[in-house]
Amino acid sequence: MIVEILISVFLVISGIFGLVGSVGLVKLPDPMMRLHAPTKATTLGVGGALIGSLLFFYFVVGRFSYHELMITLFLFLTAPITGHFIAKVHIHRHETRDSLPDTGSDRTWATFESDAERIRAEGHEL
Amino acid sequence: MIQIALLFALGCFGLAILINLYKIITASGIGDRILALDTLAINAIALITLYGIWMETTIYFEASMIFAMTGFISTVSYTRFILRGDIIE
Repeated sequence: MIVEILISVFLVISGIFGLVGSVGLVKLPDPMMRLHAPTKATTLGVGGALIGSLLFFYFVVGRFSYHELMITLFLFLTAPITGHFIAKVHIHRHETRDSLPDTGSDRTWATFESDAERIRAEGHEL
Repeated sequence: MIQIALLFALGCFGLAILINLYKIITASGIGDRILALDTLAINAIALITLYGIWMETTIYFEASMIFAMTGFISTVSYTRFILRGDIIE
């Protein structure tokens, strides 16, 4: 009974967070703000669904399945990387050198650095 | 009780996928569209997992694992193409 309540709570939380992530994708006003909702809320929603699935297969069906742990690990490793790349796309498409703050070094933002400038700063190709 | 919670979660993620499809169509820029596609892949993983609970079988976890991998690779290659004009340099 307690296990059933726990699984149900995880499933309901995962559904709410998944929905909040997608509503935030539509409702938030700025592209960089819109990046927040799916990368955080949706990842938490999927994590809740996978934990609920793990508990369900261990306690109700009666066998431990490690697949959920692998999927959770993979998603939690890759979600920050995709968020970072999409943020770089936003900077690349919607900002200019002048609209961004100073980097504090003699090199400019990586997105706006030309190949010639990078080779001059690092001293080698790639 | 698990059945009711499962139906609720399935409905939430189904609605989330519909919202993502709407966002893919009406996105203002390419970054928003990539973001909506990435969210669509993650929501599809959750939906496959919940369907596995519904059917009480673990056979769908391979499908969601492959979905996670291809979703990540496709998002990264799409953004790399926007950033560098090339995927593997």
